[in-house]
Amino acid sequence: MSHQRHAKQPASIAKRTSALRDALNEKGLLPEGQLDTVLDATLAQFEETMNWRNGAKVVARAWTDPEYRARLLADGTAACAELGFEGPQGEYIVALEDEPELHHVIVCTQCSCTAWPVLGLPPDWYKSPEYRARVAREPRKVLHQMGLDVPETIEIRVWDTTAESRFIVLPLRPPATEGWSEEQLASIVTREAMIGVAMVTLEASAEK
Amino acid sequence: MDGIHDLAGVSGFGPVEMEPNEPTFHEPWEALAFGLNILCIGVLRAYNVDEYRHSIERMLPAHYLSASYYERTLTGVASLLVEKGIVTREELENRAGGPFPLAQPAASVVADGRASGEKPRYQVGDTVRVRNIHPAGHTRVPRYVRGVCGEVLHVTPPFSYPDAAAHGLPPRDEPTYHVLFQAEDLWADAAGHRETVVVQLWETYLEEIR
Repeated sequence: MSHQRHAKQPASIAKRTSALRDALNEKGLLPEGQLDTVLDATLAQFEETMNWRNGAKVVARAWTDPEYRARLLADGTAACAELGFEGPQGEYIVALEDEPELHHVIVCTQCSCTAWPVLGLPPDWYKSPEYRARVAREPRKVLHQMGLDVPETIEIRVWDTTAESRFIVLPLRPPATEGWSEEQLASIVTREAMIGVAMVTLEASAEK
Repeated sequence: MDGIHDLAGVSGFGPVEMEPNEPTFHEPWEALAFGLNILCIGVLRAYNVDEYRHSIERMLPAHYLSASYYERTLTGVASLLVEKGIVTREELENRAGGPFPLAQPAASVVADGRASGEKPRYQVGDTVRVRNIHPAGHTRVPRYVRGVCGEVLHVTPPFSYPDAAAHGLPPRDEPTYHVLFQAEDLWADAAGHRETVVVQLWETYLEEIR
């Protein structure tokens, strides 16, 4: 008989999480009440200021300002910091510019590393075993299944976030956006496009 | 370690499911688990990010695959805090009112690799081979590139060598590279057409072509 069969079910994940917080609180590692204060501040930072809309602003600036684009491609960290986007998991940002015959896609196959200051915390699909297992090996199939058809005439280059580089894709600017303002352009850039699993389209903005 | 976390190329997974208008956190406990990890790394300095990644890699494979991202976070954090003597498993289980699964113990690891501060050995355009190594501890060289030749695309800055930092060995910075691999060299007959993969690798993971 497998001992697994008779093993007790784990406590619920919510109870396990509270148990860890309460145990830490009781140790007095931080002054009383400060643990919750630090937690609240951290979460507010991610909910409000560190999200993918920052990246959309970076992309829109690069599309409208050739000198900024050049700075972004030469030193992504500094160019993002110019717009105020810096912080943890953004210590070495590398911008990957799509070209008519080269399409970039980002993954972290071993965990789920992401450029937090410009992409925010990643979505569940990016963290899923399905995406991590498949996209390096069969990117064209995975992108097709996710709704993006990349013709075989175009190279797909998958960037695996194994070390400290944190990537952001600079997607192709859609035609028919001539004369658009930076704000208008930022409004059509999606997180998925900056990861490389979607193109920037005018339809995407209509859906939002 | 050749762990369950090293997923790239493993077959059998289904479609990637996307959720429209996904919230940052789905449940309050997810935010709490994430916040506890940030707190333990950044404020309490109870462990570093390499130790954190490795604690998750050491989860039992069946638990790893069945757990959500933030359950893995919580399990890693709790495992490290127990291993470092900050909390005990008993008190966690008493508080939670049931079993609290943790990661398996880390292997003992000795220092390897280069001395700190050396100049990069390879240049852009060089062909390099990834060493076919299978470290018992933490490593960031994924299995699918081991033994495979690639081209140095960029020489990137020196960064802390994770195989050492994850095991409390003296930290040292080492040159890193973006190395470009052709799909045919990685996946042979299963490779797609016009597909490439770039992996960022520490210099210790690489060897010259002779």
